[in-house]
Amino acid sequence: MRELNVAMVTEAVARLTVEACRYLGDDVRTLLEKAKAEEVSDFGCFILEQILKNLEVAAKEELPICQDTGMAVVFLEVGQDLHLTGGDLTAAVNEGVRRGYEEGYLRKSVLSPLSRINTGDNTPAVIHTRIVPGDRLKITVAPKGAGSENMSRVRMLEPADGIAGIKRFVLETVKAAGGCACPPLIVGVGIGGTMEKAALLAKEALLRPAGEPNPETAVAALEKELLVLVNKTGLGPQGLGGKVTALAVHIETYPTHIAALPVAVNLQCHVARHRTILL
Amino acid sequence: MRTPKTLHTPVSPEAVAALVSGDLIHLSGVVYTARDAAHQRLVAQLQAGQLLPFPLRNQALFYVGPSPTPPGKIIGACGPTTGRRMDVYTPSLLANGLKIVIGKGPRSREVIAAFKEYQAAYLVAIGGAAALLAQSVKKAELLAYPELGPEAVYRLEVEKMPLIVAIDSQGRDLFALGPKAYAEEGAEGTGETANDA
Repeated sequence: MRELNVAMVTEAVARLTVEACRYLGDDVRTLLEKAKAEEVSDFGCFILEQILKNLEVAAKEELPICQDTGMAVVFLEVGQDLHLTGGDLTAAVNEGVRRGYEEGYLRKSVLSPLSRINTGDNTPAVIHTRIVPGDRLKITVAPKGAGSENMSRVRMLEPADGIAGIKRFVLETVKAAGGCACPPLIVGVGIGGTMEKAALLAKEALLRPAGEPNPETAVAALEKELLVLVNKTGLGPQGLGGKVTALAVHIETYPTHIAALPVAVNLQCHVARHRTILL
Repeated sequence: MRTPKTLHTPVSPEAVAALVSGDLIHLSGVVYTARDAAHQRLVAQLQAGQLLPFPLRNQALFYVGPSPTPPGKIIGACGPTTGRRMDVYTPSLLANGLKIVIGKGPRSREVIAAFKEYQAAYLVAIGGAAALLAQSVKKAELLAYPELGPEAVYRLEVEKMPLIVAIDSQGRDLFALGPKAYAEEGAEGTGETANDA
């Protein structure tokens, strides 16, 4: 059985955290450049230009792209034939988060929800673990800011609401978020399963390379249709008016109960950060 | 794109009155910072009749919790946070002389009315453009509530910080007017907007 010391996990999480906060993926950058070319509003163009310039400055100055370096959301896909040695996996991930946020001069934004006392090191991370075939460990670090997370929603629609109801709910969520969620957005939509499954699907939808369609034709068509609708709201960059409210809509689905139609909309600002490594 | 107007803090009543929703601004001078937890304390101190850690009269307040300052730098990344979460506190601060607030995203009807009543304005910085905004900060010092960590109050000296006037002292709101100009049929949905929430 393949062995992997969890110290490697700590090291990887620390590095991915810093990289994710400083350097945006080429997929999002390409969509931002396309948006700048397509935007018709003066402010929209100005904002997109500044957003792109900010990416250059962040990389050059080794500063985070956004001061809200988020809560660390960590996805682990653990091969069932992998033996993790050297300690507690959860503790190893949190140690990686602690080091990444300290060494990368990232903001420590995590606190107790009731006392509001800051934990001081941005731990604990939100960790989603899946057991998969194989003997590898795939780690994705996705630091999520609260500006867009706060505007995200879950709703238990009913079967009669159908696809029309899903569309209404997505539009309603984007419009209610307005400029608060820092558009242009990536809109992650989870449809099906149970309440928590829909929410997780919506978050996972944000990890897909930006703009890549769902492999299912019908789902991809709905993504395309929703993107057009979202961009008809007129909200535009930062909600100040324009044609580009979202860069992409990503939908993930899962079978659900005969009585149910759970839908979650996880909004992601233009700083759509995530980094992956396969150990 | 219109040419930016310059604005210096502390601001005169005339300078605030001259700001029009949709103006591009280059702001220079002293700016204080406060976000959620600091707002709560400031308003509690006002209600208790205590002296605040910084003056409000004719001053500017930036909703920001900067990332930590790396060695050799003036400040970390420092972009705006959502203004709406400060809605509950803003009218009290405006009533005590605060004239400019800087954040991102729309504000409530009540707060828009307060900008009009107290002749103040809401400027927005580009959310997420935080490394770029840090370049216009020339000096930063920790001023109050250090125990709040990322929510502590800082005194910043800024030069030509690029901002947009979103809500002016007449109550004109770019978050309402801007999207209206670009909305197309088909996305009506429920009609709920951030301004109604």
